[in-house]
Amino acid sequence: MIYISRRTDAPLKKAVAIKAFAILLSLVVCALVLFVMTRLNPLDIYIAMFKGSLSTQRKFWALLQNTAILLCISLAVTPAFKMKFWNLGAEGQVLIGALVSATFMFYIQDSWPSWLLILVMLVASVAAGLIWAGIPGYFKARFGTNETLFTLMMNYVAIQLVKFCIAVWVPNGSSVMGVLNRQTQCGWIPSLFGQKYLINILIVALLTVLMYIYLKYSKQGYEISVVGESEKTARYIGINVKKVILRTACISGAIGGLAGFLLCAGTGHTVSATLAGGNGFTAVLVSWLAKFNPFGMILTSLLIVFLQKGSGEIAQAFRLSDNISDVTTGIILFFIIGSEFFINYKIHLRRK
Amino acid sequence: MFGTIAYLLGSSIRQGIPLLFGATGEILTEKGGHLNLGIPGIMYVGGISGIIGGYLYEHFCANPNPALCILIPLLATIIGSGLMALIFSFLTVTLRANQNVTGLTLTTFGIGIGNFFGASLLSFFGDSGSISLLTIGGWYKAKLIPFLDFGFLAYLAVIIAIAVSFYLNRTRAGLNMRAVGENPATADAAGINVTKYQYLSTIIGGIIAGLGGLYWVMDYTGGTWTNNGFGDRGWLAIAIVIFALWKPVLGIFCSFLFGGLYICCILIPGLSSASKELITMAPYVVTILVLIITSIKNKRENQPPAHLGLNYFREDR
Repeated sequence: MIYISRRTDAPLKKAVAIKAFAILLSLVVCALVLFVMTRLNPLDIYIAMFKGSLSTQRKFWALLQNTAILLCISLAVTPAFKMKFWNLGAEGQVLIGALVSATFMFYIQDSWPSWLLILVMLVASVAAGLIWAGIPGYFKARFGTNETLFTLMMNYVAIQLVKFCIAVWVPNGSSVMGVLNRQTQCGWIPSLFGQKYLINILIVALLTVLMYIYLKYSKQGYEISVVGESEKTARYIGINVKKVILRTACISGAIGGLAGFLLCAGTGHTVSATLAGGNGFTAVLVSWLAKFNPFGMILTSLLIVFLQKGSGEIAQAFRLSDNISDVTTGIILFFIIGSEFFINYKIHLRRK
Repeated sequence: MFGTIAYLLGSSIRQGIPLLFGATGEILTEKGGHLNLGIPGIMYVGGISGIIGGYLYEHFCANPNPALCILIPLLATIIGSGLMALIFSFLTVTLRANQNVTGLTLTTFGIGIGNFFGASLLSFFGDSGSISLLTIGGWYKAKLIPFLDFGFLAYLAVIIAIAVSFYLNRTRAGLNMRAVGENPATADAAGINVTKYQYLSTIIGGIIAGLGGLYWVMDYTGGTWTNNGFGDRGWLAIAIVIFALWKPVLGIFCSFLFGGLYICCILIPGLSSASKELITMAPYVVTILVLIITSIKNKRENQPPAHLGLNYFREDR
């Protein structure tokens, strides 16, 4: 007879051990899958993965940059998740932020000084993301509208809006927006010490620290965790639940808008419907796997970006379709998700 | 004029059938209390499983038999999408993992599997070119009723939707399943096997959704595979669930309507590409409006299942 009970006191050591074991197990399963498909020694594949994604300085910086963006979006969804507000709309909030940035670059071009344009783009993108998440937040607070489905649908509205704008801006029907302000580089985030992504990375690093402090030490952070744990308790101790829900949704969207700004002004200098590239959804996993701890998210986002990049490398090296990265990442995530159970619950075996 | 309308209607329905499969599957899943955001991935796997099954049969059998041409891909799809749904239900029901997180992972995983095998299936067998199973596709496309241009899966979609509606509203098992979705603790106290119903609703729901993928690859595209060709129809299917207020029969009409919206921008001549994008946006905007209006009106029978997206653990009180 098996009997299961919840435990809240699993020691950190044990939790880490369980997760490490799960990751190890998932790597074995991935190795099996890769072996069946390629008939190559899985160890060679993993070595190729490491070498490939860290081989050149450019690839190393690209790895950091992708991690920074994913981390930024994960930070965006975190306060909302902590409040049990399922913001699955990060994809749309990022897109709308990037779209607004691109709009400014497209219409202003170089008639403003670059610093002013960057500043205006930043503010406008953050505001756009804020509104994009504020709408579902308002209806959730006011009428209890299901935010999971609402934010999910908002993604596609944002995607279509981007496609619409590109169709208007690019009249030849190629539906691809070129790099904006290529000559003047007006509105581009400048490079620092010769590294063009360094400012992006620093901004996200700062944001990580701020988010940690906000969630852990501020009054608002406390309110978020109380509302997340139990809305009834929150109401009982005099927290204005509706206000907290709306405010947190707005913060979440604003950071998403910031990520869009970083993608447009600091990375690609353009906008496309696939700009967020599923990172809005991956961010959900990153945040959740790190138990909403911003510093933990550095690790989880690095892990996921490394897996994606590395699988891309082996796909190239062994001439596989690079969709293999989605498959292997999926397998590893399933194991990590499943391992949570053994941390949160205890299994007792009872003899009759 | 009449011909144009008939053509438009036919195209809308053909576009709507995969959505209908997806929506019916998701309705069944959600009525059992589980929000399976892995449906888009399951539909990809459903499609590619059918392709793999069909390809293997064509590859190893010199003169394919029509009945097996239909049965083997069908069986492959049921197994493939069933396994995907099993991953979801094992993680969320038995291991009590978060449903949103698991579902999103399942979608990434499923789309990855679809595109991976779609791109490399032929190279595994030393073939080159692109996948095209025209014989099997032809059998799937064969008209069931002479003057209506639909394959058998189209009728099956409607029949399944009606059957699910009957099951949920008129049978004891269906009522039990809804009870589990509304309030598993009460259902448990009443002696209903909660775990059994949760597994059943997610797995059968997943299989139904997977058939939508099969319809797409075999009937709509006639036995071919294009990477990402199925697009974001899986998410549209989830939108229909809301739009149809969790009612499968209403889902039939909503699917055809959404299918029409999906395709009308291609069919209406003289539309600028910008306005096409706005029309494509319509289904999502309308879905949001429905979501808002139902929550404002707060009518009890139009709400999502009360325990949707939450896990049940007997000892939590």
